[in-house]
Amino acid sequence: MVKGIEKSGIPVVHICTVVPISLTVGANRIVPAVAIPYPLGDPTLDALEEKNVRRKIVEKALVALTTEVSEQTVF
Amino acid sequence: MNKIKVVHYINQFFAGIGGEEKADIKPEKRDGVVGPGMGLNGLFKGEAEIVGTIICGDSYFNENVDEAQAEIIEMIKSYEPDLFIAGPAFNAGRYGVACGAIAKYVKEELNIPVLTGMYVENPGVDMYSSDVYMMETGNSAASMRTALPAIAKFSMKLMSGEEIGMPSEEGYLSTGKRKNIFVEEIGGKRAVDMLIKKLKKEEFVTEYPMPIFDNVEPGKAIKDISKAKIALVTSGGIVPCGNPDRIESSSASKYGRYDITGVNTLVGYETAHGGYDPSFANIDSNRVIPLDVLREMEANGEIGEIYGAFYSTVGNGTAVKSSLAFAEELTETLIADKVDAVILTST
Repeated sequence: MVKGIEKSGIPVVHICTVVPISLTVGANRIVPAVAIPYPLGDPTLDALEEKNVRRKIVEKALVALTTEVSEQTVF
Repeated sequence: MNKIKVVHYINQFFAGIGGEEKADIKPEKRDGVVGPGMGLNGLFKGEAEIVGTIICGDSYFNENVDEAQAEIIEMIKSYEPDLFIAGPAFNAGRYGVACGAIAKYVKEELNIPVLTGMYVENPGVDMYSSDVYMMETGNSAASMRTALPAIAKFSMKLMSGEEIGMPSEEGYLSTGKRKNIFVEEIGGKRAVDMLIKKLKKEEFVTEYPMPIFDNVEPGKAIKDISKAKIALVTSGGIVPCGNPDRIESSSASKYGRYDITGVNTLVGYETAHGGYDPSFANIDSNRVIPLDVLREMEANGEIGEIYGAFYSTVGNGTAVKSSLAFAEELTETLIADKVDAVILTST
């Protein structure tokens, strides 16, 4: 899906847990996530801390979107 | 000759321990056969025997590759095997990656023949088919009946020390290796023959398949994110409760578009995805699509705006061709609606 969207020219950041799979399928901007069933969360934390974890990942994703890349890059 | 000692690797599902809710189990070893190993043992016809089975959860393996490999290799060593077989994994992505990774590791560490099996679209194929032999299987466990005999037969061939033939003869996925061979006709003649066949629109087999370069150009970076319109897309299967579009839990044939105008947090949503433990995403779907955080950023002016709907499908065993078709279709709408960037989340 990442490639299907990105070939239009719209930049895509892929947030995912299993980075090697993302590299294999060909995402260009990759941000590692927490775990497969909760990529942007952590149920072991309290709600506020969990949201902080999520915010950090989203902030990294925005950095990825504002960074020029010429090849596959893991942020 | 002594019986060939085999160690077999399977995941939590094929061990009968459980589905996704058990995908985080740590490696364990059991003497003898478990699950599909029983079929293999029968097919070995007494020449080989599975002396031990290693079981590991797919999520545990993929999230802790180094630790998992280190633990598993010790378990395997304890059986002093002559041969290692992993899977078959069919089209189960994380299982396929685990099978490929552990087979490669065993080959390197123990220097014994290794073998696995999976479907050609499994991501494990791209990652490890040049490292280990992978028997080509169908895309679901329904093809177990044909997969196991192929694995058993090739196991015997590997152990016999006989020369391994071409992938098409032996049934394994191409390892990308080339070998010098003697043929009757010189290259020029073969090339012209191929060209003539091509001109006549007849079938011919190339001697040098071109690699598939299907990576795409990275999109241009966003200059000012505080003005950007950002769309959210997921393969994690997040849908409004009740799954109104009935997106399939695996091998999805469709995707959904869900309006989020005025929605500040993803409550009242759930996941349709059948390939991971859904409990965490069902309690709080922001764990898969970070809408709550992005709404705050939108309010603070850290980003321009969030596009008025999110798109969702289930990435579990879904064909690459289908995913691409979904993406192409929804991208037309994104372009028409002047979306600047996409955050795509996967589980």
